[in-house]
Amino acid sequence: MTVDTPPPHVRIRPARGWLGLRLGELWEYRDVLVMLAARDIKLRYKQTALGIVWVVLQPLVAGLIFAVIFGRFAGLPSGGHPYLLFVFAGLLVWHLFAGVLQRAGNSLVAEAKLISKVYFPRLLIPCAAAAAALVDYAVSLGVMAVLLAWHGVWPGWWLALLPVVTLLTLALAVGISLWISALNVRYRDFMYALPFLIQVWMYASPVVYGLEMIPERWRGLFAFNPLVGIIEGNRAALLGGGDAVLSHLLIPALAAGVVLVSGAYFFRRVERSFADNL
Amino acid sequence: MNETSIRVEQVGKRYRLGRTQTARYRTLREELLQLPRRLLASFGSGAEPADEFWALRDVSFEVKRGEVLGVIGRNGAGKSTLLKILSRIVDPTSGGADLYGRIGSLLEVGTGFHPELTGRENIYLSGAMLGMSRREVNARLDEIVAFAEVEKFLDTACKHYSSGMYLRLGFAVAAHLNTEILLVDEVLAVGDAAFQRKCVGKMAEAADGGRTVLFVSHNLGAVGSLCSRVLWLDQGRLRRDGPGREVIEAYLSDVTSGAGGVVTAAAPAGPAWITSACLTDRGGLPRQAFSMTELLRVECEYQVEQPGGFTLSLQVKEFDFSPVVHCTSGDAGFAVPGAAGRHRLAAEVPGLQLYPGRYWLRLALTHTATGVQHELDGIGFQVEQDFALCSRPLPRQAGLFYRAATWAMLPPPSP
Repeated sequence: MTVDTPPPHVRIRPARGWLGLRLGELWEYRDVLVMLAARDIKLRYKQTALGIVWVVLQPLVAGLIFAVIFGRFAGLPSGGHPYLLFVFAGLLVWHLFAGVLQRAGNSLVAEAKLISKVYFPRLLIPCAAAAAALVDYAVSLGVMAVLLAWHGVWPGWWLALLPVVTLLTLALAVGISLWISALNVRYRDFMYALPFLIQVWMYASPVVYGLEMIPERWRGLFAFNPLVGIIEGNRAALLGGGDAVLSHLLIPALAAGVVLVSGAYFFRRVERSFADNL
Repeated sequence: MNETSIRVEQVGKRYRLGRTQTARYRTLREELLQLPRRLLASFGSGAEPADEFWALRDVSFEVKRGEVLGVIGRNGAGKSTLLKILSRIVDPTSGGADLYGRIGSLLEVGTGFHPELTGRENIYLSGAMLGMSRREVNARLDEIVAFAEVEKFLDTACKHYSSGMYLRLGFAVAAHLNTEILLVDEVLAVGDAAFQRKCVGKMAEAADGGRTVLFVSHNLGAVGSLCSRVLWLDQGRLRRDGPGREVIEAYLSDVTSGAGGVVTAAAPAGPAWITSACLTDRGGLPRQAFSMTELLRVECEYQVEQPGGFTLSLQVKEFDFSPVVHCTSGDAGFAVPGAAGRHRLAAEVPGLQLYPGRYWLRLALTHTATGVQHELDGIGFQVEQDFALCSRPLPRQAGLFYRAATWAMLPPPSP
């Protein structure tokens, strides 16, 4: 035991007012984030015989079904790309967004036992859930790469846009999840509203259809859905090109910033009451 | 070595009754419906609403570095709430606390363990949550594994562990935390005797190393032997703060004088637990004072979660925690009912002829297959002089058991 450094001082008082983000503390507990995310990922692959195959199969099957129903039967336009590629490029980033929302949104309630028995910044719980969703996304990207190679599509320099879009999606999804997961502790209504919200949001976003389906005069309003910019951005990054893509990303960037910062502040403000409400 | 390690000032915690029991969370609809009433209430006299209670109120104390402080009290006295506040799991409603040093808290053995993960993975996970970096865990991995005696099963999923191994591993991680302050809640309620000895030994070691330990337990023997100073919490308030023996003694006489002498325990996780126990006379009426020759009858109620074989043992202890009498159901060839559900048992011990004074009884229910034990401690009773047996005063320092010897005169020694 070292005596030279003075021991840290922990002050415990009733929480009043805004408490700030206390980023230093989050950094101090970074190992918890890594361990929790690693646990989620391990658990996902440990008890399933097919393991990674499920992660590949899920978006692939969904993509194929959409391709048959919307591309073949309904004949939805796909901006000149093969419909499978078109829908898969949108579905990929949508799955990342919805996956984070699903996992992180319920994460606090799922970890109730932990929250009532040990202290660490609770913010790490939804973040770890998001990290686990990111791993699934990486696997689906691999599937996308195979599909692109199969069709001989090479996006070129547009690919540089991919990490930007991914980061924006993650920021937006985590921001929303922070709000939802914290509110879910107090009002379990959110647990039931979430799947519904995700479903509606998907059809309100150009996942299975292209922007050209939307009448010109509504497009401005439509673009206020930050997922529009994100999905269009992801398509541009993976399939190459598109018009006015960068301006499309403005709304998602703004939305992600606002939601993430406000969500983090709100979460840090209320996280100390979680153990009392779970 | 005289610096303050923990300072607690006027700390209080208020709960809403409805929310601590069945429905802790609310739905939006409820909240909206209650809004008018709540608004009205806030304009009222400011009287405390009936559905609120203080789990802890105006508790203040200070702990010096290297001190081992025991916290005792009945169920619901606020012991766990105090520890949860100090571990930053819940916020106090009023007052506050200052802790100087890194805090390690063990409110449950195996915090953060996941049954699907291997022992090794769980060590790292639990270690991280308790505040150990990966490097620290690496440095202490061998020690932890040796303490837990799980070397061979380190890479086996924890769901295959026996409950004893699980407990040992859980405690081992926390015990090897290198924090200046250690907060420990009721870890001795489960686990076999060997495990309990190990835990107590480890905590004593921590204290010798200059760490501050706050120890909550129903096991008064362990508290008495480990803690030089004890806090007694009663209905959320600090009833007494002083030297260990003194406080425990006061607590025991209080526990047995009220509530008809019935002692109850919180339900821990385990195969079975004793829910309540009570000393009675021959006819089954609760009693706390017995004459030296009188039969001692104990009634207890227990709950079985995992059906199986069990043994019940009872132990009479002296006030300095040294054991006096120990008997088990196994010795008597009695099969303790082990089907799932609640059971009641009575045990009768013939007149022990103990010297007059205060004693206490400890019951332990042991799951035969795993050795996991649940104990109910601190059932105090008074032994009173039986003047028919002996008319002179019997001072305790003279002996423990009274026996009338037979005396005989022998022929004088031959010259």
